[in-house]
Amino acid sequence: MEVVSPIRNPLVTGAKTVGDVTQDICVRVEAKPPKTWFMALAVSLSVLAVGTYTLFFTLWEGIGVWGLNKTVGWAWDITNFVWWVGIGHAGTLISAILLLFRQKWRMSINRAAEAMTIFAVICAAFFPLIHMGRLWLGAYWVLPLPNTFGSLWVNFNSPLLWDVFAITTYFTVSLVFWYIGLIPDFATIRDRAKNKVSAAIYGALSFGWTGGARDWSRYESVALILAGLATPLVLSVHTIVSFDFATSVIPGWHTTIFPPYFVSGAVFSGFAMVLTLMLITRKVYKLEDYITIQHIEYMNIIIIVTGSIVGIAYLTELFMAWYSGVPYEQYAFLNRATGPYAWAYWIMMTCNVISPQLFWFKKIRTSLIATFVLSIVVNIGMWFERFVIIVTSLHRDFLPSSWAMFYPTFYDIGDYLFTIGFFFTAFFLFAKFFPVINMAEVKSIIKSSSTSAKAEK
Amino acid sequence: MATGTNYILGVYGDEEIVLKAIKRIRDAGIKIHEVFSPYPVHGMDDALGYKRSRLPRVAFIFGTLGFALALLMQYWMLGYDWQMIIGGKDFASLPPFIPVTFELTVLLSALGMVFTFFVVSDLKPYKRPVIFDRRITDDKHVIAIDIDENSIGKEEISGIVAETGAEEINEKIFE
Repeated sequence: MEVVSPIRNPLVTGAKTVGDVTQDICVRVEAKPPKTWFMALAVSLSVLAVGTYTLFFTLWEGIGVWGLNKTVGWAWDITNFVWWVGIGHAGTLISAILLLFRQKWRMSINRAAEAMTIFAVICAAFFPLIHMGRLWLGAYWVLPLPNTFGSLWVNFNSPLLWDVFAITTYFTVSLVFWYIGLIPDFATIRDRAKNKVSAAIYGALSFGWTGGARDWSRYESVALILAGLATPLVLSVHTIVSFDFATSVIPGWHTTIFPPYFVSGAVFSGFAMVLTLMLITRKVYKLEDYITIQHIEYMNIIIIVTGSIVGIAYLTELFMAWYSGVPYEQYAFLNRATGPYAWAYWIMMTCNVISPQLFWFKKIRTSLIATFVLSIVVNIGMWFERFVIIVTSLHRDFLPSSWAMFYPTFYDIGDYLFTIGFFFTAFFLFAKFFPVINMAEVKSIIKSSSTSAKAEK
Repeated sequence: MATGTNYILGVYGDEEIVLKAIKRIRDAGIKIHEVFSPYPVHGMDDALGYKRSRLPRVAFIFGTLGFALALLMQYWMLGYDWQMIIGGKDFASLPPFIPVTFELTVLLSALGMVFTFFVVSDLKPYKRPVIFDRRITDDKHVIAIDIDENSIGKEEISGIVAETGAEEINEKIFE
């Protein structure tokens, strides 16, 4: 039978019953969205429109419109790619790793976090696709498809190709995992639907789910195994992304610390983005009883842990550069901290190492405003981390005669805006048409972790 | 006159009561068609005597398939079909093939298992669901008993279900 812990705080407050969960979440899908939603959607669509124009222009003219030069061949494109992939990691961490650890507080945030993962991975995938230039020819550059050159196959020794497989697999498995969780909730909306159109749409989306015990038993097996598969998968994805750098011979990139450092950085930035989105969603949709201060505090604790790992990684990098005795390696790090891009380095250090340490104070990590501000600070810091790693390692290369600076153009910024616009547009549409909280899972903890259950005992 | 399948439905509002009810109904020798719940209930499989799902094994088999196909593909393409010297290394060697092999193992394992789940549970976008009660996906647990599958009569079954704490007892006929 259900065990009600006398110590732990309830995960669902406000004396909710199982029926209340259905009502509270479904009404968001059924009712007309609030004015704030239309305003937010309008803003994100305008950003998307600007981005669509620059993206079209980038494709029309070629990537020469970016600020790249022959020394700095990767800049905003790959920075944005790594940043977006990293953001995606939090969703999988919440839904898969916390499932394996049986952390029930994941249940009210996993749906939105996984949606964020999927949209973030799509945004990430834009950049490698665009930076191929003629991306319509790209299929046989990246996939092992038969072609008329031999067949000349793709190079399986290249980390860039591993990335193709890692990102595709990650996207597919995340999407499937997310969809499996959505099926019972779509069935709930279908069974409540008042008009024929939504009954038909949600009926199709629910795959004919009826909630039989046999189906639930299989559903739970599938969820557990998918979590077991997604856990090493998510760790592998950012590991492979870090291989893009670590397997090269560029000083500043060629380090064995990259995989764990990238993975913790990914979780760090991902949780920051989850917090940014959830704090807004919680406020607009009045979900305070489902996403409690407790949830926010737990996420902030993860931010302290991963932020500190990132901080230690930065210091370890500096130590190893000195300890290696390799002058090129030493120079790369000296140049990062004191060279022309020192401002970026110190923004990164402040945002990622110092700011999350504020969460050691309980007042700060339970404050909504402080959390919201710091979540944005962390995201800025993590963008700069990738920028620092990529641009400062490249801009002063082996020949001093070819040393150069990178300056972003309008199209660098515009293509980044395209993904930001896409991300928020997709998230707002998700928040309107999909149940933002996993109703079935939250219902399953009402008996053990809600205020009503606690009061009974 | 209805000629379809005739069910007795016991509607319950609490998962603990429904688990006890399943035990009492089964102890009375009544065969339960299926129990429907809004969320997965811990201990439901044991109460109904269902065996553990074999889907994890399906995942393993598909995973093995993905692993084998990935290695075979890479060795065949780079080691046999079109050999290329890359960095003066062997045409084909295991370490650089591991990432892609891992990814395809996970991909096939996940997709294979989920596809099998959809097939065995008969889930598909164009399916017309057999809905016993619209409140199942909201907050009610429903025990469905097929009258034809049991030797005892309708009234007797209803009587036993009533004793188990059902909030309502309904009858449902599917044509």
